[in-house]
Amino acid sequence: MGKPTGFLEFDRHDRAYAPIKERVEHYKEFVIPLKDDELKTQGSRCMDCGIPYCHNGCPVMNIIPEFNDLTYHGDMKAALEVLHSTNNFPEFTGRICPAPCEASCTLNIDDHPVTIKTIECAIIDRGWAEGWVKPRIPKTHTDKTVAIIGAGPAGMACAQQLARAGHRVTLFEKNTHAGGLLRYGIPDFKLDKSIIDRRLGQMQTEGVDFRPNTCIGVDVSVAKLMEDFDAIVLSGGAEKPRDLPIPGRELNGVHFALEFLTQQNRRNGNETFAETDILAAGKNVLVIGGGDTGSDCVGTSVRQGAVSVTQIEILPKPPTKENKLTTWPNWPQKLRTSSSHEEGCTRDWNVVTKAFVGDANGNLKAAKCMRVEWKPDDKGQFQMSEIAGSEFEIPCERAFLAMGFVHPVHEGLVNDLGVAKDGRGNVAADTENYQTSNPKVFAAGDMRRGQSLVVWAIREGRQAARAVDEFLMGSTELPR
Amino acid sequence: MKASGLPDSQGLYDPALEHDNCGVGFICHIKNQASHEIVRQGLQILVNMDHRGAVGADPLAGDGAGIIMQIPHELLSEECAKLGFKLPAPGEYAVGQVFLPRDEAARNACLKAFDAVVPSEGQELLGWRDVPVDNSCLGESVKPAEPVMRQVFIKKGAAIADEAAFERKLYVIRKRVHHAVWDSVADGSHANFYMPSLSSRTIVYKGMVLSGNLAVYYQDLRDPRCKSALALAHQRFSTNTFPSWELAQPFRYLCHNGEINTVRGNINWMAARKATMSSAILGEDLDKLWPLIGDGASDSATFDNALELLVAGGYSLSHAMMMMIPEAWDSNPLMDADRRAFYEYHAALMEPWDGPAAVCFTDGRQIGATLDRNGLRPARYVVTDDDFVIMGSEVGVLPIPERKIVKKWRLQPGKMFLIDLIEGRIIDDAELKAGLAKSKPYQKWLNETQIKVEDLPPENPAMAPDHDTMLDAQQAFGYTQEDLKHFIKPMTLTGQDPIGSMGRDTPIAVLSDRPKMLFDYFSQNFAQVTNPPIDPIREELVMSLVSLIGPRPNLLAPDDAGSKKRLEVRSPILGNLDLEKIRHIENHVDRAFKTATLSMCYPADQGATGMEAALEKLFAKAEEVVRDGFNIIILSDRCLDADHIAIPSLLATAGVHHHLIRTGMRTSVGLVVETGEARRVHDFCLLGGYGAEAINPYLALDTITDMADELDDISVEDAHKRYIKAISKGMLKVFSKMGISTFQSYCGAQIFDAIGLNAEFIERFFTKTASKVGGIGIHQVAEETVRRHREAYGDNPLLAKHLEVGGELAWRQRGETHAWTPETISLLQHAVRKGDRETYRKYEAAMNAHDKQFKNLRGLFKLKGTGKPVPLDEVEPIDKICKRFATGAMSFGSISWEAHTTMAIAMNRLGGKSNTGEGGEEAVRFKPMENGDSMRSAIKQVASGRFGVTAEYLVNADDIQIKMAQGAKPGEGGQLPGHKVDEWIARVRHSTPGVGLISPPPHHDIYSIEDLAQLIHDLKNVNPKARISVKLVSEVGVGTVAAGVSKAHADHVTISGFDGGTGASPLTSTQHAGSPWEIGLAETHQTLVLNKLRGRIAVQVDGGLRTARDVVVGALLGADEFGVATGALIAAGCLMMRKCHLNTCPVGIATQNPELRKLFPGEPAHVVNFFTFLSEEMRKLMAELGFRTVNEMIGRSDCIEMNDAIDHWKTNGLDFSRLLHRPNVGAEVAVYNTETQDHGLEHALDNGLIVEAKNAIENGTPVKISVELINVNRTFGAMLSGRVAMKYGKAGLPEDTIYIDAVGTAGQSLGAWLSPGITIDLKGDANDYVGKGLSGGRIVIRPTDDSPLIAEDNIIVGNTCLYGATLGEAFIRGVAGERFAVRNSGAKTVVEGVGDHGCEYMTGGIVVVLGHTGRNFAAGMSGGVAYVLDEAGDFETRCNLAQVDLEPIAAEEEKMEAEAQGGDLEGHGRVNVEHDMTRYDAQRLKNLIEKHLHYTGSARARMILKNWDAMLPKFVKVMPVDYRRALQEMQAKNNAAEHVGVNTSVGD
Repeated sequence: MGKPTGFLEFDRHDRAYAPIKERVEHYKEFVIPLKDDELKTQGSRCMDCGIPYCHNGCPVMNIIPEFNDLTYHGDMKAALEVLHSTNNFPEFTGRICPAPCEASCTLNIDDHPVTIKTIECAIIDRGWAEGWVKPRIPKTHTDKTVAIIGAGPAGMACAQQLARAGHRVTLFEKNTHAGGLLRYGIPDFKLDKSIIDRRLGQMQTEGVDFRPNTCIGVDVSVAKLMEDFDAIVLSGGAEKPRDLPIPGRELNGVHFALEFLTQQNRRNGNETFAETDILAAGKNVLVIGGGDTGSDCVGTSVRQGAVSVTQIEILPKPPTKENKLTTWPNWPQKLRTSSSHEEGCTRDWNVVTKAFVGDANGNLKAAKCMRVEWKPDDKGQFQMSEIAGSEFEIPCERAFLAMGFVHPVHEGLVNDLGVAKDGRGNVAADTENYQTSNPKVFAAGDMRRGQSLVVWAIREGRQAARAVDEFLMGSTELPR
Repeated sequence: MKASGLPDSQGLYDPALEHDNCGVGFICHIKNQASHEIVRQGLQILVNMDHRGAVGADPLAGDGAGIIMQIPHELLSEECAKLGFKLPAPGEYAVGQVFLPRDEAARNACLKAFDAVVPSEGQELLGWRDVPVDNSCLGESVKPAEPVMRQVFIKKGAAIADEAAFERKLYVIRKRVHHAVWDSVADGSHANFYMPSLSSRTIVYKGMVLSGNLAVYYQDLRDPRCKSALALAHQRFSTNTFPSWELAQPFRYLCHNGEINTVRGNINWMAARKATMSSAILGEDLDKLWPLIGDGASDSATFDNALELLVAGGYSLSHAMMMMIPEAWDSNPLMDADRRAFYEYHAALMEPWDGPAAVCFTDGRQIGATLDRNGLRPARYVVTDDDFVIMGSEVGVLPIPERKIVKKWRLQPGKMFLIDLIEGRIIDDAELKAGLAKSKPYQKWLNETQIKVEDLPPENPAMAPDHDTMLDAQQAFGYTQEDLKHFIKPMTLTGQDPIGSMGRDTPIAVLSDRPKMLFDYFSQNFAQVTNPPIDPIREELVMSLVSLIGPRPNLLAPDDAGSKKRLEVRSPILGNLDLEKIRHIENHVDRAFKTATLSMCYPADQGATGMEAALEKLFAKAEEVVRDGFNIIILSDRCLDADHIAIPSLLATAGVHHHLIRTGMRTSVGLVVETGEARRVHDFCLLGGYGAEAINPYLALDTITDMADELDDISVEDAHKRYIKAISKGMLKVFSKMGISTFQSYCGAQIFDAIGLNAEFIERFFTKTASKVGGIGIHQVAEETVRRHREAYGDNPLLAKHLEVGGELAWRQRGETHAWTPETISLLQHAVRKGDRETYRKYEAAMNAHDKQFKNLRGLFKLKGTGKPVPLDEVEPIDKICKRFATGAMSFGSISWEAHTTMAIAMNRLGGKSNTGEGGEEAVRFKPMENGDSMRSAIKQVASGRFGVTAEYLVNADDIQIKMAQGAKPGEGGQLPGHKVDEWIARVRHSTPGVGLISPPPHHDIYSIEDLAQLIHDLKNVNPKARISVKLVSEVGVGTVAAGVSKAHADHVTISGFDGGTGASPLTSTQHAGSPWEIGLAETHQTLVLNKLRGRIAVQVDGGLRTARDVVVGALLGADEFGVATGALIAAGCLMMRKCHLNTCPVGIATQNPELRKLFPGEPAHVVNFFTFLSEEMRKLMAELGFRTVNEMIGRSDCIEMNDAIDHWKTNGLDFSRLLHRPNVGAEVAVYNTETQDHGLEHALDNGLIVEAKNAIENGTPVKISVELINVNRTFGAMLSGRVAMKYGKAGLPEDTIYIDAVGTAGQSLGAWLSPGITIDLKGDANDYVGKGLSGGRIVIRPTDDSPLIAEDNIIVGNTCLYGATLGEAFIRGVAGERFAVRNSGAKTVVEGVGDHGCEYMTGGIVVVLGHTGRNFAAGMSGGVAYVLDEAGDFETRCNLAQVDLEPIAAEEEKMEAEAQGGDLEGHGRVNVEHDMTRYDAQRLKNLIEKHLHYTGSARARMILKNWDAMLPKFVKVMPVDYRRALQEMQAKNNAAEHVGVNTSVGD
């Protein structure tokens, strides 16, 4: 299994990026895959741990040691089978997953984890290139009908699993194309949209009935839905962004991050959109929020031709290196620098935005900020306080709010269905049954758990599919 | 039937599990001159072997002693005359020794039975005599069980032709009376009825008396008229303290010192013969004898029963003994053809009764002894010039002047020794066996009847199916990905049973939510203490896989030989071709065989409920085909498909086997299993163990065919062969763990415990297998099978292309549950590193969580406590609790210095104990560190390899732990691969860097319980302050072993669960040997309490203790102390990589790689935090449950109940009532460790030595001491050595500072761990274990000046001398027994002949043998050199050449070199000569022989030196290959170093 001494013999060597100068000129992917022999060597570094922490760290429970070993031995076809047995869409996670598996890799205790994500991506890319990925059409059908609402990664995974189990699956999507945030949130330079399309083609053949441009509650009534389908899965995501209700919020040039990112994705995909253009070209851009969405705004702004990009975060700057002894194998808080950051961006921490300042025309011209500090209270909880006299201004003509999402949109579908919500405003359902307060209605993905990673969405979609299958049939062979 | 005096089965205690061992000896007059003196001396032998027996809680109650002798006619006839009846001439009457019930009515019933039976068998009952006894010498515990002692006299009937016929008739009478009594009374009042003997030649006096009191109790024995020409006496050491009179020995024909490991199978096979057995001699009397074997008696008694039948059936005593305990003939090229044919012929008649055995036997006319094939018991004899022969477990048991002794020898492995008193001569092994071997044309019979499968004409083997069909079948048979990855593939590539590391932390099968294989419900038994495991690799010569398939000949028709054909296979694992040969055998070999293939499959639509009926149908069919004349049955599951479910092959096999035994038809037919299910070694062992004579694993073979392209360049055919070889080797290992050496005796021996199967199921299909906690039955077993089948042929997408992941060997999300998971490990590590109690509590909560998954038996417990909680502050403090903790035994070598010292420092800070493991300890660690910490391990382990076990090591211990077994691999030795032995480790272990080290499976000084008592005594002598601990592994019967251990004076016993950790172990062992500690601990506690032995001994439990709750459960089930190994290791950073065996541990624990060691993240504080948190949680739990101290908790199993809330389809059948049983004993009986053992050290002669050597010890002033020794003076010199080591460490005193002049016969362990500066110069002889652990002293042994013996032709020291010696010298003028210098790592010695297995596992030192060597010399020898004088030129045939080369001694070159160096070599030459083992051989050899002459005056040495030039070429140098390579490498390094002016010495 692997090579017992591989990790002692070979250093970690990961995919490289195209030079910044080149890549910021376009919206195409710029990651350079490893060569076959490099890939094998990297696969050989896997130690086949007695406890594969990666396998636990991976939300879809990818059986990582096995596919690492098969990669090392050059059997990519078998590796793909292993990979597909746990993950419907490894080409997505192989590109945009933050890879908690690598954080929990045993070799990460010494900062040199196996390049699991790279290997995953190489396996599936090879599979598509070789034509190994085929539709899996069920031999028989149950004639049970399932409606899945929301064609993001959770809905797609759920639909694919249920279609393969022989159910009649209809996948509703309010946008023009399926894919959810994969398509409309994540920039093309990180995930080329053709990669989603070929997957959708496979699903189509497997029997998934796509209904794009269909908004439940608007185009189809909730009552009709309940009547037509034996089970319904809500996978609409957590689309309600966290707002920043400060003076000047209404100024021109202050946008939610997703408004900006979605528009660019539509533009790239030759879709039309009704809103006015939100462009960073020639502007000073302020990104508020230090997460991945913020980072995507940075990369997109750079590509559009921003004069400057600044990203601020209210939390303190995390350590550049975590204390492995007390964090590993968990996902550590640490400073992460994305490819977008490398492309040109100023980052700042412990900064709170107090107001936006506009010019006479109501156009944004700066943000008023203050420094904050974080101290533990008597219960040990960190509390923020503003540092008196630390006010400063950041000149900017565009500000993107990338501070996360609070919960799913309640208006329309969720309220119409009347399903119960949890304390955070998500649709309430547990991870055993994924069943909402309405027995035939299920919820999965961000809609149920709140904003999270694509890989969690896939997991929830798969597991919800199992729950639905069991609900419909009394038993199920779909894996958890 | 159970022997009287033993308690009934209760709780986990089962009287059937008792063991015994002993001392045995006889004296006889070769010319048959009877005298009272012989009887007296027979009794004296007993007294002088008193230390081989044991005394329990009652000081007057021994374990039993007895004597068998010729009938004292003079005494009896005079006494009978007084009673009013006259005895006829000797030979014309018989006397029966009878134990009668005390209850008069019951006694009368017995007497009536005689009245009825004796006349009906045509004999005359002459009368009864009350045997005069004096029971004042009996212990109080024994008196209530004392029978009424009478003798019955029976006159030979007129119709009886001769003495042999009379003896046969007496046998029939005895059996009939016995049956009559036992059948008539069902209420147990017969319990005291037993006939020790009924014979016209011999009589047995025995009872539960101390050996010295036998003649006090039986007044007959003191009567001068009591005369005999032979007296065979026996002193028992049993594992219990219960007074069972009939289990005292001798039995009617024999005394047995040893253990029959295969007794369950032997009993079954005897029963199975009923239909095929008939006897011309016994005629219709045979029918009166059934049941032949008294099931439930001791193994020795059972053996006696079988022997008696064979003798009655017409075999001579010696012939019968050879059948039952055959020599190792199968792979012995040295055996002559006739003898080999004799054994091979008889192999089909009877399976060996396998196990260590010294059996002394007599029928009153002949007396003799035989030894098991491996020579695992000592038996020494002397012949005197006035025609006496004295034989015993020890030499020196009678004070015979040396000048009268004309021969001193020993019984050798597999050999027999017979004295025919009628012929008046000794018949030695060669003559005796040659006579028997030539008496019949055995080879001719074999040629005509023994058919070998390999010789049959070829057939068409079945071809492997396509991949998808195969995948379905694999799934239906429960294959997982791990089967392919961890078992089948590696086995095919390497031909070895695969190795893994860390222990098992998955639930036992009955607790697993996944459908488990029926195989998983059984765990392998293994030998511990009462018998030794064997090394199947280094001692391969005793092992055999030969299997005979098909009908067995009539056991009692020795002469109808050639009539029955027998089918032989070299191995019970059949390839596809062999199977087809057997299936189609009908048309060959004169149509002697006819094979029926019976399907084990049934229609799938019948589901789980259909299996029971399908089994019944199968049984009926089997019976039918046997009646129809088929004599081979193939049980096959090849017809498995979507519509047909296969009954688990084990269930079908065991079921058919037992069904045919019950119908008496089993030996009429051979049983072959063709199954897709068997794939791991364990599976095959089970099938064989429950009756399959051969197994064809077609699906495993097809699987290999299917993976052909992954198998490098191996052809499919070779791949199949390698896999079969791997399975075969694995099976040998499993047999050998139990001390069984042949498949024939393993087959049907049922050497397994069941865990989680209910009693009804076991009794029906696996009759007499132990199963202690109930569990599932046929319906759940069927359900599991059906689930697998459904999944296999269903639509589960995960199974469309893949097997189940398994997840047993490595954690997997969709695999088996593990205790150690990413979650539990990270919580624990984060908690101890942050010092965060909250996180620790989360860890405990996650570890204890049993709501969804069960991890172990205790998960099903509910702790109800006393019902009266106590305030937390009243619970004893943490520091008191911590004293009860120990970490696991992990050697420096298996783990790194950093990890090892971290554990030690932490435990010393806590007041707990760390354990060295088997690898020595550097002296630097014995001194406290500057900061007050200490790296000294409080527990020093003594394991079978004895690495670094020196006097200095032992005196620096608080506890000395004898590792009998290890949870992860009980019954197996260890192996440290050469790449892990760096210079540092080699130094600590007294070995050579780069040379791999082997720990033998057994301790070669512990083959039985009295041997263990001896080792305990030895260690206690060296370090009287240390507690001596014995580590056992949980299995059914461990409690009785623990009771024996307590009686052997251990201060402490550890019961390990099967889930203990390991650095490297065959997966077969980690997964399938031993049982959960809950069962073993409860059995141990219950048995010790029941025996009133609990107070004397501290009980520790370990193996998978992980939380406070676990520890509390341990205390409630009876433990005083607790071992936490893996938990502590994880606190120190272990991640359960399970790569310990690969040296690639990424956290620097189980590795010696310097780069990886740098990554070790552990600190003592982490381990301290772990135990502190654990104790804190424990205190809270104790408060809740209502206990203030741990002592209050111990054994309170009434505070546990089964958790009723758990409702689960598999666990519902579990029944913990026996596990939670509390023995009903009075308040005065201790239930926890309250007292210390009496080791009797005050009797040691060393006390005197220490006084006399006071000046030497204190000031180094030389002293000379004279002493006389007899065999009861054991472990002479060890206590003195301990004193020297304490003061002077390893260096000891200057040479000869304490010089001891000794005369006589030394007891066992002479000069054990003798320290430098002490010389023992003994004139006389010595017993076993001379120079055990020799640590630098010198031992000289030579005959007395008045001895007429030729020293080099006579034995002078016993077995296993210089075992584990590390330094020092021994000069022995005479021959030594078996296993001379085993595991020697540094001593230099000269001896004049050695037995079998000389220099086994040796890693250093020099051995010179000036005479004959036995077989298997140098097996496993990886270091040191031996020089053997090979005058006959045949040494090569007796040397095991697997690891050594034989070289001539290069005289010329040496000489030139010597001359060239001139005086340099002479001057300080000796040091050089003895340190560079690659050169100077001749000079080194000569030096040693000169010394030998100097010290012993050896005539042989003088002759050799005188003819040096002629003799030198006859010497052979035995040079281990790896050792030479390592020395050359070091030399090359040194040479390079010398060039730059650095000088380091080479070798050791």
